Amino acid sequence: MLNAHKPTAILCLMLLSSLLCQSNAVVAGGPPKAGESFPSIGLPAPGNVSHGAYLGIGDRGTFNLEQIDAQVLVIEIFSMYCPYCQREAPLVNRLFETVESNPRLNIKVKLLGIGVGNSPFEVDIFRKKYRIRFPLIPDPDYKVHKMIGEVRTPYFFVLCLVGGNPPKVIYSKLGGIGDIDKFMNIISSALSTCAKE
Amino acid sequence: MKRTIPLLVALVAFLIPPPLALARTVSSAFEHGIYDPGTLKPVDSTLKVRVGQRAPDFTLPSISGEPVSLADYRGKKNVVISFVPAAWTPVCSDQWPGYNIIEDLFEHHETILLGVTVDNVPTLYAWTMQMGGVWFPVLSDFWPHGKVADSFGVLRSDGMSERALFVIDKQGIIRYIDVHDINKRPKLETLIEQLKRLRQ
Repeated sequence: MLNAHKPTAILCLMLLSSLLCQSNAVVAGGPPKAGESFPSIGLPAPGNVSHGAYLGIGDRGTFNLEQIDAQVLVIEIFSMYCPYCQREAPLVNRLFETVESNPRLNIKVKLLGIGVGNSPFEVDIFRKKYRIRFPLIPDPDYKVHKMIGEVRTPYFFVLCLVGGNPPKVIYSKLGGIGDIDKFMNIISSALSTCAKE
Repeated sequence: MKRTIPLLVALVAFLIPPPLALARTVSSAFEHGIYDPGTLKPVDSTLKVRVGQRAPDFTLPSISGEPVSLADYRGKKNVVISFVPAAWTPVCSDQWPGYNIIEDLFEHHETILLGVTVDNVPTLYAWTMQMGGVWFPVLSDFWPHGKVADSFGVLRSDGMSERALFVIDKQGIIRYIDVHDINKRPKLETLIEQLKRLRQ
């Protein structure tokens, strides 16, 4: 009796596992949250030599986030087509200037922008328009965007990079950075957390 | 045999991967105000114009309250007409805001951008205000519905227009046409390259 139904049972299990895989794909689509590991993503090196030096990645053609010479990395997920990102750009520049003007922070904290769905040309338009001094990396085929849960833009992550381990998410939020001082507190808190890692 | 059919259905369901949504971003500037129609037939119309022809003239109401005619720019400026399918949809809301930060590039190439949809003026006004306002004229091809889109051959069977770009020179001659996959945003560099060619 059992043997007669064995093929049916196996195929039902295959169907069930197929359905479960599909729903898992949706669940796994969310962005990495605070306390979780950030996906190991390979990125093309910024075209600008000074940006490569800023990140401390030397003359590599591609790099992984854990190779960046910093304890804390702030990532802005943006698009040049996003009006919110456009409005936010001057504020993010101010955040960069605040970090860079502080000698205790500027060697430990780095900023990186990833332009999702943007070609190198489009990222360059955004960089020039808003006179952005930190590195912006294009993600024209949405590869990074898919790995981080297809977030809306702008989206900010603060990551802990210490020890060459997979980056750990300290902060993960949709929307702008809001108040600079409050965001600087998040960065300071991240530095303390990373020091204990 | 009766048992074989459900077994085959199960096997097919296992082997066929789930459909992948087209990758695209949506600015959080629009919050939850975007209606996603899903993936549509890439192109659903037949062009009625071609490169080298004079562009069909038109006059349409704009969100500024003033009507705009293509002939207004004859002998003065090149014209890019950007037809987008509908306000408050994902890809369209992720296209014009990019054009909105390159007014200087259009100026450099002595070109005006005209944004056209088949939505009515109040809808277009609300949508572009959500973008923070735009520098270029936004025109409503709402009534007679889609008449201008139809004159170019980019009116779809569902009443929306295609996602299409037409580059028209100062003499009113069409120099470039891109009836794009409605589900995807055209690359900006391709359009800018066409504007450069207008000088040649």
